[in-house]
Amino acid sequence: MKKRRRDLKEAAIRAFFLTCGVLAVLVLVGIFLTLVTTAVPAFREIRPSEFLLSKAWDPTSPEKAEYGILSMVVSTLMVTGGALLLAVPIGIAVAAYLSDVAHWRVREVLKPVVEILAAVPSVVVGFLGIVLIGPVLAKIFHTGNGLNAANGSILLAIMALPTIISISEDSLNAVPTAYNEASLALGASRWQTLLRVKLPAGLSGIIAATMLGMGRAIGETMTVLMVTGNARAFPHGFLDSVRTMTSGIAIELGEVPYYTTHYYALFAIGLVLFVITFAVNLVADVVLRKYQEREQ
Amino acid sequence: MKTSTRKGIVQAIGFFALRAAMGLVLAVLLLFLYDIGKKGGGAISWEFLSQAPRRGMTEGGIFPAIVGTFLVTLITAVLAVPLGMSAAIYLHEYARQSRLTRLIRLSIRNLSGVPSIVYGLFGVILFVNVMRFGTSILSAGLTLGLMTLPWTITASEEALKTIPNSYREGAMALGATKWQTIRTNVLPYAVPGMLTGTVLGLARAAGETAPIMFTGAAFYLPFLPRSLGDQFMALPYHLYIMATQHHAIQQVRPLAYGTALVLIVLVLGMNMTAVVLRYRLRRKQR
Repeated sequence: MKKRRRDLKEAAIRAFFLTCGVLAVLVLVGIFLTLVTTAVPAFREIRPSEFLLSKAWDPTSPEKAEYGILSMVVSTLMVTGGALLLAVPIGIAVAAYLSDVAHWRVREVLKPVVEILAAVPSVVVGFLGIVLIGPVLAKIFHTGNGLNAANGSILLAIMALPTIISISEDSLNAVPTAYNEASLALGASRWQTLLRVKLPAGLSGIIAATMLGMGRAIGETMTVLMVTGNARAFPHGFLDSVRTMTSGIAIELGEVPYYTTHYYALFAIGLVLFVITFAVNLVADVVLRKYQEREQ
Repeated sequence: MKTSTRKGIVQAIGFFALRAAMGLVLAVLLLFLYDIGKKGGGAISWEFLSQAPRRGMTEGGIFPAIVGTFLVTLITAVLAVPLGMSAAIYLHEYARQSRLTRLIRLSIRNLSGVPSIVYGLFGVILFVNVMRFGTSILSAGLTLGLMTLPWTITASEEALKTIPNSYREGAMALGATKWQTIRTNVLPYAVPGMLTGTVLGLARAAGETAPIMFTGAAFYLPFLPRSLGDQFMALPYHLYIMATQHHAIQQVRPLAYGTALVLIVLVLGMNMTAVVLRYRLRRKQR
């Protein structure tokens, strides 16, 4: 009798913890379903092809409301691409420095310092983009206030760096020492070993790091909202002001009347954003798992 | 001989480039902290920290924003810490390698990659509309809590991994049940580590803006919230307003710098506390 009660209690406790674990699945599915169900009513008025392929976004136009997100999608990809162009080479170089050049004592100090960069809130980074980077860009390129795609790319690069550095460094450290020793024994210098042996061997980790950095950059809201200038036009270069998907939602959700086509359309942008970041993160995840399995 | 000197030169140039990259990153970080420290420091005064904004936010302080951020982070913790710990206990102590376990892990990894503004959209529908909490501290805190959940789960599981299996086996061998084992021989040693990990997640939540913009943060409220159903001012949102939306942006720039400094000290302070605690903990465990 007593044992039965104890077993019941154990089962109940296990069920409680299981529920908490399953909650993670429910939240993810819940987010997806919420976005889908709130986005669908938008397409009673908007043709899906227009939504995805039209460059004109003007939901509040008195004549004809237009709901094309292509400009925002291209802006997001442009700002993100620019960020990766800056962050990937610098990130890999810093990772290589930490794993192959720095003395271990220096490394122990520098690693937490790099992590401080990851802890700076995005709204503070955006503020610094306005007060520090904007004026510099304005001076160099003579472009008014310097609030443009280039500014966004620089800030997103800074924000993506800690992720890229730490995962790339892990993957460089995970390259078996035997590779290193064999290369040095054959007479290669440490630089040649790094370039021709370690970097190729750690490549999958570096790719995963890049993908994770990209996912973060695509989804980042506050910094791009504050520094990219928010012009609705289709972007033609990095000195143009742009409006990304995230900043589009952030600007308009506060003003839009609930349960209008415009309101639903903002959730449709959210759905597109969710799908893109989900795909990027999933690919990063698969690459990362593959290389961790190979290691074991 | 000649090739080896060339090799040496190439290596010297290469390593110099790597050092330069590291230097560049450090320079950016230092510039950021220096600029905010210097210009923000000038704005900080007892009045700034203890008063509400006045005259259309061109004067006065940020006290309501400090209180608001504190309250909303508290709600975040109440949701994310116990749930995160419990989910971690399931994953590390109970779960076997099954399809469900893999699905849970996959969901957690993907949740941590969902953009913060998407959490905001989800919060608007779930907490503000469906659950009818309105735009309030409660809605914003719960939204942030969901966002923090994947981080607290991961951090808690890391802490559980550090507990040697012999602790568990010792209790099991004496006839303890699974839960008795966890309660007496695992949790007492794991909880401090779990808490330090979760503080890092909470620090990130405290600095977030996008999820609270539409779930409860207010532009300007000269008084303190009276209940969890009220709107609130928050430091990150206040900084956003002061930096981009205010009608006299240049005039209030010192106040914006001051807000940025307080926010960064708060977030980095929470981070440092967690790092120091973790370091002490590791030394004790050895």
